[in-house]
Amino acid sequence: MTGAALAAAPAMSDGARWDADPILSVEHLTMRFGGLVAVDDLSFNVGRGDITALIGPNGAGKTTVFNCVTGFYKPTEGRIVMRHGAGLQQETVNELTDSGLRWRASDDHAVFLLERMPDFEIAHKAKVARTFQNIRLFGGMTVLENLLVAQHNELMVASGFTFGGILGLPGYRQAQGEAIDRAVYWLERTNLIDRADDPAGDLPYGAQRRLEIARAMCTGPHLLCLDEPAAGLNPRESTELNQLLQFIRETGTSVLLIEHDMGVVMEISDHIVVLDYGVKISDGSAEFVRTDARVIAAYLGVDDEAEIDVPEIKADVKEVVEHAKPVKARKPRKAASKATSASSSRAGSTARKSPSSGKKASKASTQTVAKEAGTHPGKQPAGSAKPGAGGADNLTRIGGIGPANEKKLNAVGIWHFSQIASWKKAEVEWIGSYLSFPGRIEREDWVKQAKALAAGKETAFSRRVDSGKVPSSRASTRKGGKA
Amino acid sequence: MAVAQRTGLGAAIEPNAYAASLKDAAMAAFLVAVLGFFFLPLRTDIAPGGLAITYRWPIWVAAILIVFGGRLLLNLFVFKARKPITRTIGEQMSGSSLRVPGLGRALGMALFVFAAILPFFITAVFPAQQRQFIDLAILIMTYIMLGWGLNIVVGLAGLLDLGYVAFYAVGAYSFALLAEYFGLGFWMALPLAGILAAFWGVILGFPVLRLRGDYLAIVTLAFGEIIRIVLLNWYEFTNGPDGISGIPKPTLFGLEFTRGDDGFAAFFGLEYSTIHRFIFLYYIIFVLAIITNFVTIRLRKLPVGRAWEALREDEIACRSLGINTTNTKLTAFAIGAMFGGFAGSFFATRQGFISPESFTFLESAIILAIVVLGGLGSQVGVVIASVVMIGGIELLRNIGFLSQIFGPDFDPVQYRMLIFGLAMVAIMVWKPRGLITTRNPSAVLKERKKIGADMVSQGEGH
Repeated sequence: MTGAALAAAPAMSDGARWDADPILSVEHLTMRFGGLVAVDDLSFNVGRGDITALIGPNGAGKTTVFNCVTGFYKPTEGRIVMRHGAGLQQETVNELTDSGLRWRASDDHAVFLLERMPDFEIAHKAKVARTFQNIRLFGGMTVLENLLVAQHNELMVASGFTFGGILGLPGYRQAQGEAIDRAVYWLERTNLIDRADDPAGDLPYGAQRRLEIARAMCTGPHLLCLDEPAAGLNPRESTELNQLLQFIRETGTSVLLIEHDMGVVMEISDHIVVLDYGVKISDGSAEFVRTDARVIAAYLGVDDEAEIDVPEIKADVKEVVEHAKPVKARKPRKAASKATSASSSRAGSTARKSPSSGKKASKASTQTVAKEAGTHPGKQPAGSAKPGAGGADNLTRIGGIGPANEKKLNAVGIWHFSQIASWKKAEVEWIGSYLSFPGRIEREDWVKQAKALAAGKETAFSRRVDSGKVPSSRASTRKGGKA
Repeated sequence: MAVAQRTGLGAAIEPNAYAASLKDAAMAAFLVAVLGFFFLPLRTDIAPGGLAITYRWPIWVAAILIVFGGRLLLNLFVFKARKPITRTIGEQMSGSSLRVPGLGRALGMALFVFAAILPFFITAVFPAQQRQFIDLAILIMTYIMLGWGLNIVVGLAGLLDLGYVAFYAVGAYSFALLAEYFGLGFWMALPLAGILAAFWGVILGFPVLRLRGDYLAIVTLAFGEIIRIVLLNWYEFTNGPDGISGIPKPTLFGLEFTRGDDGFAAFFGLEYSTIHRFIFLYYIIFVLAIITNFVTIRLRKLPVGRAWEALREDEIACRSLGINTTNTKLTAFAIGAMFGGFAGSFFATRQGFISPESFTFLESAIILAIVVLGGLGSQVGVVIASVVMIGGIELLRNIGFLSQIFGPDFDPVQYRMLIFGLAMVAIMVWKPRGLITTRNPSAVLKERKKIGADMVSQGEGH
C-alpha cells in the first residue's frame, strides 16, 4: 500500500534519501473541520536523521499536519506511519494496516500507525515529541521539574507505579538520580543550567523556547516535532537554535519543524515540504524548493509576503516579472483566440504535479499569451492593451494580488478594478489557472473586493495597503486606486 | 469619591482629602439612615388588639454614627491615604515570612508536636472543659484530614471538586453498613471503606474526565447530591432519613473502652474515665491525618504527584509528554476519595449514628473553603484554615465579651455565621490566593527556591 502511495505521491526528487529510509510517512492525509478542508490528500516522508521543514503561508495547514502526526487531531483520512529501525519495513506496515492493531515491535524494529493511537501513546510508545507554537510550559514548576515530568513514564515504572515509591523502595531514588542527570545534560545543552531551580514561567521568552525543546528531548524521542521554534527569537538566539537543532540531529533524533524564519529553514533543513491551502505544492531539498515557481507564487501572491526576505526568491520574482513585461507592449486582444494546448498546465491538482509548470506558464505568457489562452480552462477575460484614461489602478490593493501577480494581470490586459469586478465564473477559472492559483480567487473573493474598490470604497485590506503596512507595487499609494 | 481616591497622591493625605472624606462618610451615614429607618428605630411588637410600635431612636443614631466614623477612618487611613495602612500590614506580613526561610518547616514541626500532646495538654490545662475541647480537637482534626484529602484533587491536580462530601458519606456508610450486615469492626471496615470510596472516586472520575472549568464543578456538585439523595431514599438498605445507629466503637487491639473488667482502663490498671475513649479517638484521627499528610508529601515527590501538578499547569503539554491524563486524573480522584472514605469511616465510629443529614453540600463547601483559604496545594495552610474555620466557629459560640457590648440579650451563636462570612471576605481581599501561597518545588538541583502564587496556575474550574 505504501509503495503505491509513494508512487502516487509526486516524486519531486528522484530517489531521495527520505523516500528510501523514512522515519515518518504521511500518506494521503486529509483533515476536514466541518466543511473546511484544512489538509487535502497530503503525502510526504520525513527522512531518518534529517531535519525536515514544513513551510507555507499562514493558514496553509502546517500546524494541522503536526496535530495529526502527534495525535492531537484524528485525521479524517490517511495513514501516518512511524518507523523505528532502518528501512521501509513494508511488509510489517501492510500487515499492521490490515490487522487493526496500532503497532508492532520486534527487537530493533517497530512500526506504529499514528492515526490509530491516542496522543500520549504516540509520545510514549512511538517516541514522537513535540513543542507548541504558543509555548506550553508548566509555568509554576521549576525548570528541573519540567524536565522530570517529561520522564514520567520511566520514573513511573521505577517507582513501581507509585506503590514502591510510597513505601520508599530504593530503586526509585536511583532512577530519579538518573532522570536528574539526563535533565542536567539537556539543561547544559540549552544553556539553562543556571536557571534550573527557577520557575519556568519566570524565564525570558527565548529561554522558554529552549526549555520546551529540552523538555521534549528528555522524553528520548526518535522524532522531534517543533512548531515554529524560532518565532520571537532575536538573530543571535536564532543562530543558537540552529546549532541546537543540528546537535539534536547528530544525536540521532530526526527533526520535523514548522518555521517561518527562512534563515533557519534554508540553513539547516535537509528536506523542505511546502504547503499551501492544505495541499503540497513543493517537496525537495532547500535548493530545489527555493527556485520552485509555485512556492514563490504561494508566498508572494498573498498578503503575508512581507515575511519572505530570501534574496533568491526575490530575484526569481524579478525574473518572472521581467519576462512578463514585453507582453504588455505588444498585447493584442486575445480573448477569443483559441490555441493548441501547448503547456501541460491544467487546472487543479494536475498543476501541482509538475514542479515548474507555474514558471513555465508565466514564461510562456511572455511569448504567446494569446495562443496559450486556450490551455487554461474557462474563458479569458476581456483585456485592453493599455490602461484606460487616468492610468492603471493599483491592483495590489486587492487582498491576494501581489506585485508579481499584478504584472501578470497587466500582461493579459487587466488594468482596472472594474475589469476584475465584471469577471464571471469562467473568467475567474481562467485567471486562476493562468496565475497558478486555482481556487484562490474565489476564496479571497477578488471580484467582490474589486467591486468595492471600483466604486471608490475601501476594504480592510486596501486600507492596510494605503497606510503602507503591506508592500505594494506603488511606492506611495495614498490614493493608489486612481494613481 | 472614586476620583478623589485615584488622585490621592499628596503628602500623607492629599489636601482636599479631608473634605472629600467627610463628604463620603456623610453619604454613607445618610444611606444607613434611610435604609435602616424601618428596621432599626421602629419595632413592632404583638400587643393586645394588634401591633404596637416601639421607638428605638438611640440604636438608629448609634448605627449612623458608627458607619460615619468607620467610613471616615477608612477614608483617611486606607482609601485616600497615600500609603494605606493595609499595605503596610501586608508588607510586614509577607516580609516576615520571606525573611525567615525555614518558617514553614518550623511551624509545621511545632504544630505537629503540639497536636501530638494536645489531649494531655487539654486535660492538664482545662480539666473542667476537657471533654468539650478534645471533642473540638477531634472535629478540627477530621476537617484537616478531609482538607488534605481534597487538597490532592483540588490543590495538586487542579480539578475543582464540589462534591467531596460524597466520599465522606461513602466511607461513613460503608463502615456503618458493613458493621450492620456483616458485623465488621472499625479496623476491619476502615480499609474496606477507603477502597470503596476510592472505587466511587473512579466512578465519578470517568464521566468528568472530559469536562473542564465550570462544568467540572457542576457535575461534581451533582454527584455529591446524588449520593446523598440515594442514601436518603433507599430506605430498605440505608434506613433512609432515620439513619443508622449503634455503629461499633473502635477498640485498641481488642480492648474496649468500657467500664468492665476486660476494658481498657482495667487492663492498664487505670481508673475508668469516659475521657479515655475521646483521647483514643483523637489519636486515631491524628494518626489517620498524619498518614494522609505523609502520603501526600511522598506523592508530590513521585512521578504521579508531579504529573498531577503538571496537569494543573497544562493538560495538553502533559499529553504531548506521554502522560496518560485519564489515568492521572483518576488516581487523583481515587486517592483523594480514599482519604475522604477513611475520614468518613472515622466519623461514623465517633458519632455512633449517621444519617444523610450529615453529608449536605454545606460540608463540601466548608472543606473546599478550608483548602482555598489555606492556599491551594499547601499542607500547612490547610491546618491553619481548619483551626481558624472550625475552631473559630465553635469559639464564637462561647465568646462572652460581645454580649457585654451589645447587651445581655445578644446571642453570639446567631451571628457567628455572619462573622465567619466577614472573616472569609477579609481573608480573600487581603490574601486572595489563600494563607500560604508559595509552592515548594518537588525536586531541587542546587538551591531550594519558593515559587510565588502568581506563577502557579489553579487548574480547572477556579
